[in-house]
Amino acid sequence: MVQFSLPKNSKVVTGKTWPKPEGATNVRKFKIYRWNPDDGKNPQVDTYFLDMDKCGPMVLDALIKIKNEIDPTLTFRRSCREGICGSCAMNIDGINTLACIYGLDEVKGDVRIYPLPHMPVVKDLIPDLTHFYAQHASIMPWLETKTNRPAKEWKQSIEDRKKLDGLYECVMCASCSTSCPSYWWNGDRYLGPAALLHAYRWIIDSRDEATGERLDQLEDPFKLYRCHTIMNCAKTCPKGLNPAKAISHIKKMMVERTV
Amino acid sequence: MADVNRGNRPLSPFMIGPYYRPQMTSISSIMVRITAIAALILAVLVVWWLLAAATSDSAFAFIDGLLRSWLGDLLMLGGAWALWYHMLGRLRHVIWDFGYCLEVAISEKMGMGMFIGATVLAVLTILVV
Repeated sequence: MVQFSLPKNSKVVTGKTWPKPEGATNVRKFKIYRWNPDDGKNPQVDTYFLDMDKCGPMVLDALIKIKNEIDPTLTFRRSCREGICGSCAMNIDGINTLACIYGLDEVKGDVRIYPLPHMPVVKDLIPDLTHFYAQHASIMPWLETKTNRPAKEWKQSIEDRKKLDGLYECVMCASCSTSCPSYWWNGDRYLGPAALLHAYRWIIDSRDEATGERLDQLEDPFKLYRCHTIMNCAKTCPKGLNPAKAISHIKKMMVERTV
Repeated sequence: MADVNRGNRPLSPFMIGPYYRPQMTSISSIMVRITAIAALILAVLVVWWLLAAATSDSAFAFIDGLLRSWLGDLLMLGGAWALWYHMLGRLRHVIWDFGYCLEVAISEKMGMGMFIGATVLAVLTILVV
């Protein structure tokens, strides 16, 4: 359903302003979305100040510094701190990206940090990704084969392997899907850019033998065709991938197999 | 799992503008829809004009007066722009559907091209008409 405003319980109010660091000359303001499932209040935006002379270069460094030194209740996911686990995906300065590989110098003015858009919030910057993962599972993200298992590995030519470049690198951070207006409004039935990119990754894998079944499964007005090439996905992907292009190739294959 | 509140989870903010930064690709995409709706409304006016011409002098005089006024001119200029923009937007979709120009940078250039192209074509339309 097309939705232009937040439900009543999700409206964001102004929250607490935390004290500035003493004796700091290079201070930066951070506005961070907070929601506590235990106090029954609406989400709020808290304001923090950090001494940038004593802070690491990335947005994640700032979040960890706030958690360590100012407010230990600030909650967010993070793990690898090098853009490979996909845990710290969030909305930073109006775009979705990974906090660990997004530099504070890339943000102009105050640093605004929100959870990934249009998702149920578990706490603070943590969205509930259950549905997102279920959609990924639904596209059968594994090699499907019918012929007998070869004696050693399933072989692939160098050219065929190259077709997977730009697809296999996806870390499932959900930045793309949650940047997509179609996914915001039809995310219950539209699979979204991440799941479709993975679907394409298996469709064009030369070793996979379920291409027809995979295309059959996607032949649906919502699952695939809610993509209108808005391209927020490709624009925001922290790994520089292009889900819009992958989806377009699936649509093309749909046409090619009927003509 | 611990006893946590799962029932009343808020929806995280998403709206384009205050929370999600507008992109050339997203704006040029939504404008294709908006121009279609605008053109449809203008088409109603034109149909009204034709119907009135077939109905009576007084009915025609009213709508004819409206369409020939400065307001009518403005609406028709907007309509010309909307139609051209929509056509260019659909053309972009045709190019995409053949699998070309799906890179972000090229799509952004095409989006800008749609705004400039529609303006140039609308002005040309006015000059010709």
